[in-house]
Amino acid sequence: MIWNETFECMSREEMRRCQSRRLVDMVERVYHNVPFYRKKMQEMGVGPEDVRGVEDLPKLPFTTKQDLRDNYPYGLFAVPMSEIVRVHASSGTTGKPTVVGYTRKDLATWSEVMARTLTAAGVTRHDFVQVAYGYGLFTGGLGAHCGAEKIGASVIPISGGNTRRQLQIMHDFGSTTLACTPSYALHLAEALIESDYNRDEFKLKTGTFGAEPWTENMRREIEEKLRIKAIDIFGLSEIIGPGVSSECTCQSGLHVFEDHFVPEIIDPVTLEVLPEGADGEIVFTTVTKEGLPLLRYRTRDLTSLDYSPCRCGRTLVRMKKCFGRSDDMLIIRGVNVFPSQVETVLLEMQETSPHYIITVDRKNNLDVLELQVEVKEEFPFDRISELQKLTDRIKRTMESALQISLSVKLVETKTIARSEGKAVRVIDKRKTL
Amino acid sequence: MTIKQLSVFLENKSGRLTEVLEVLGGAGINITSLTIADTSEYGILRLIVSDAEKAFRLLKSNGFSANLTEVIALSVSHQAGSLAKVMKALSDEQLSIEYTYAFCLGDKAIAVLRTDNPSRAFEIIANRRFTVVSENDVRNI
Ligand SMILES: [Zn+2]
Repeated sequence: MIWNETFECMSREEMRRCQSRRLVDMVERVYHNVPFYRKKMQEMGVGPEDVRGVEDLPKLPFTTKQDLRDNYPYGLFAVPMSEIVRVHASSGTTGKPTVVGYTRKDLATWSEVMARTLTAAGVTRHDFVQVAYGYGLFTGGLGAHCGAEKIGASVIPISGGNTRRQLQIMHDFGSTTLACTPSYALHLAEALIESDYNRDEFKLKTGTFGAEPWTENMRREIEEKLRIKAIDIFGLSEIIGPGVSSECTCQSGLHVFEDHFVPEIIDPVTLEVLPEGADGEIVFTTVTKEGLPLLRYRTRDLTSLDYSPCRCGRTLVRMKKCFGRSDDMLIIRGVNVFPSQVETVLLEMQETSPHYIITVDRKNNLDVLELQVEVKEEFPFDRISELQKLTDRIKRTMESALQISLSVKLVETKTIARSEGKAVRVIDKRKTL
Repeated sequence: MTIKQLSVFLENKSGRLTEVLEVLGGAGINITSLTIADTSEYGILRLIVSDAEKAFRLLKSNGFSANLTEVIALSVSHQAGSLAKVMKALSDEQLSIEYTYAFCLGDKAIAVLRTDNPSRAFEIIANRRFTVVSENDVRNI
């Protein structure tokens, strides 16, 4: 099922024309209404007249999360505050939150893209959608809520937490769709298995999960344990919230709602636009947003774009599941290495825990990388040959994922520090040389 | 009839072995035998103790990576050539042995071995009338 065939199935040429028209209008608006962008563009010697279509995107300045912080709270808004009807904020791990504002039209756009998202997941007006994302300043809850309402489904706005109650409501109210973070979905799945409920008495068949990175292994686990189809959705509050892109039921990449959010893939170091299919950081230009229109917003999320048509009939470009973040990138022997890739590989292996430490050093003028990994307690380490095999397998898998050579050191269980927030996973000794 | 051997994964860090021994000693667990197989990066400590289950729980709760492994213990006379006799019997039957170690007790010696195929090992041992040491025997050493 497709919510808006006009935009989701238009030819690539038509899409380009639509994006170009909207971009020209947006650049005009930000140039005249946002001093920050006017100044940036003037510094670069670019005026609105220089932008005739999406091919001119590389002429425009990037926007970073730091720019939003520097202009906290409303500095980048492009309309008078009387036009803003909703404000959301994302909690920053450091310092000030990132504040985003929506006009009435922005909220309509958001409902539209979330309606497309849910429809792509197979949700219809006959479904009961249990929204277990948090409601409040976080965009997850209300985003899913408004999209589900727009398609006419029955919304159960339970918000996050209280697992026992989630199960009771899911059972008694006959929820067919669950919207929450993947880790909470897994938690609910385990709670259901341990509970006295019988899975056969539930009507749940689909889940739309996002707001945090998750692996294919985790998807399989959720699908098996909850006996549902688990759909990956992507979004960030700076762009709109959930609804920037979503998988269809083919589960082969996330369709970007690019008539609203024009994506580009850039090299996070050189900032050059990369060719189709290349891995890099995804940036979005929000061509229809009124409240907080952003030019080339750097998400720091790493992925690639696939413009080939999808079996579902949509022509919208598909982005791969994000494989990491560019902010923690290391450059080793000239190769970009992302610690999150290490975590992804470890999560796919059964014998190791996803805890690791990367040590980079320089020996004989050569960068060397050592990876410390914890063996799981259950690992049969009494056999040294098994340990050796495991070390070799980690080394081979890592080297093919990261494209550099490295050494692997197994360490005792639970000796690498756990941390709630961002843990120190990288020790770069080159910096002290 | 196998006996339980305690295997502990240790990084090559100074003081780590002492910590294991202190945990066991503090709980009154007596060590019958101790060996370490080491590589450049880590070592595997293998222990036969008076109460393997208790020692295993203790080490885990103290943050060590420990396993319980089933091994075969044989009692042979403490005489030149007696261990060779056992090993020859097993290798003649193509039984693959992953590792073995031995220690002596007065006029007896105990040989400990780990194999992939314990049931085949016991057949050979029974045919040759070697003496198997039980979990209870170990406790009383
Ligand atoms: Zn599709």
